[in-house]
Amino acid sequence: MLELKNIHKTFNVGTINEKHALKGLNLVLEEGDFVTVIGGNGAGKSTMLNAIAGVWPVDEGAILIDGQDVTKLSEHKRAAFLGRVFQDPMNGTAATMNIEENLALANRRGNKRTLRAGIKASERDGYREMLATLGLGLEERMTSKVGLLSGGQRQALTLLMATLKKPKLLLLDEHTAALDPKTAAKVLETTEQIVQKHHLTTLMITHNMKDAIAHGNRLIMMMDGNIILDIKGEEKKKLTVEDLLHKFEEASGEAFASDKALLG
Amino acid sequence: MSIMNLIGAMPGTFAQGLIWGIMAIGVYITFRILDIADLTVDGTLCTGGAVCIMALMSGKNVWVALLLALIAGMLAGLATGFLHTFMGIPAILAGILTQLGLYSVNLKIMGKSNQAINVDQFDLLVSLRYIKGVSFVKNTLFIVSVLIIVLIVILYWFFGTELGSSIRATGCNAKMARAQGINTSFNRVLGLMISNGLVAFSGALLCQYQGFADINMGRGAIVIGLAAVIIGEAIFGKLFRNFGLKLLAVGLGSIIYYMVLQVVIWLGIDTDLLKLLSACVVAVFLAVPTLKSRYFAKPVKRGGDK
Repeated sequence: MLELKNIHKTFNVGTINEKHALKGLNLVLEEGDFVTVIGGNGAGKSTMLNAIAGVWPVDEGAILIDGQDVTKLSEHKRAAFLGRVFQDPMNGTAATMNIEENLALANRRGNKRTLRAGIKASERDGYREMLATLGLGLEERMTSKVGLLSGGQRQALTLLMATLKKPKLLLLDEHTAALDPKTAAKVLETTEQIVQKHHLTTLMITHNMKDAIAHGNRLIMMMDGNIILDIKGEEKKKLTVEDLLHKFEEASGEAFASDKALLG
Repeated sequence: MSIMNLIGAMPGTFAQGLIWGIMAIGVYITFRILDIADLTVDGTLCTGGAVCIMALMSGKNVWVALLLALIAGMLAGLATGFLHTFMGIPAILAGILTQLGLYSVNLKIMGKSNQAINVDQFDLLVSLRYIKGVSFVKNTLFIVSVLIIVLIVILYWFFGTELGSSIRATGCNAKMARAQGINTSFNRVLGLMISNGLVAFSGALLCQYQGFADINMGRGAIVIGLAAVIIGEAIFGKLFRNFGLKLLAVGLGSIIYYMVLQVVIWLGIDTDLLKLLSACVVAVFLAVPTLKSRYFAKPVKRGGDK
């Protein structure tokens, strides 16, 4: 469903802040894969998601979604294939527009924006039903401005918007990190429900190892612009936090040793 | 001057406020909807006037002249939009560049810095001579009121369409807009074109109204536009929630601005100081949100989901 071939990306080329963020990244996702992504700060997790979403062009490599080469497509064109939820709840919705308008915008993802009505009366019932499944009472507030909602509500709404038109790939960039634990758990539960219901191919970044283990059928760990660990199938099911910590230390220990070797 | 003078001047002031109200609606589209302070308008207003007056003098019908002015304004908006999106120049700077360039363009359109048009020789749509003693349907107040209402209805419809909604989303949250497949660059250009088209249309009416177009007629237009937007929001903000009514509030804000200005002039203030006064008033109002949050903010408890 998704194929990343030898992706390279360097930021601030030629300056003191130059950072080689992705170093020949390769990844293949099968249809229906739910992959959790973990790794330290600066490992390249968000950079990978941004590369897939086309926030900026990559320096090298190719990105294929469902067999189609999207490497050269602009961000808004790629959006036709992607559902995205960001870390900051403010980022995923238009605060000055109301709930149903936001959903109507999302419902037209991938379509040409015409001079037809921005939201048709017939759409509203569908939106109301979908909002009801979130269990947040948003179905009673469809004409409220999204800016009035709490972070958790906005994140749940963004999730709904990202999946309203079934995306080929769902990108979740630490979408629960800015929420309090209770809300985060609820949003994660909603995520699981939506992903299961629509059989979505999903990439989910998280800082929480427990979440990374509990969700999805595959787990990848990133470090220094590459994937250092890829666990799937039965192995993933049996994985514990201790295992993961051990592997994490192992991987970072190796990296440390190689750094040392370089310096020595 | 007696109070009668002031009252006598009010219908004219009202008409002038309405004409500038169209301009202010243009400013509203960039400033509030697209979240861009577009300085192109200082030049575009004159472009509209210049194109209109030259078209009229070459024998064109007044509606054709207005249409040409509208198109010229949209081209100016296209220029700023191109500089901003394609060339990556910050919006404010892009507007200043276009505005500066338009100074020369406007001079070339008019051939000199000032062109007058005689209401007796040309069939004008509006004029300060058509305020009193003319039939109701020919009255400038009536005509401009109708025009502004028609424009508001069209804009209300447009910003409710799929395309219009996507422009609103672009201005509110470009990141979200792109994630939802919206071409934010195209939308910014389109918004700037609509805005500047309206401003030029207003300039075209203004030159007819005052009987001349002048190279300096747009100087400080952005400030007047902002003043109208802010006054409209301050007075009618609580009352008018609907988008169409918000646009109407901007038009009314412009009328109030000109009425206050007329009173100030009537009070005998040195007219050289008017622009300084306008700038100060707008500066204070633009500072209000910041000052409010800094000095009058109530401590709010950060709340999550219950």
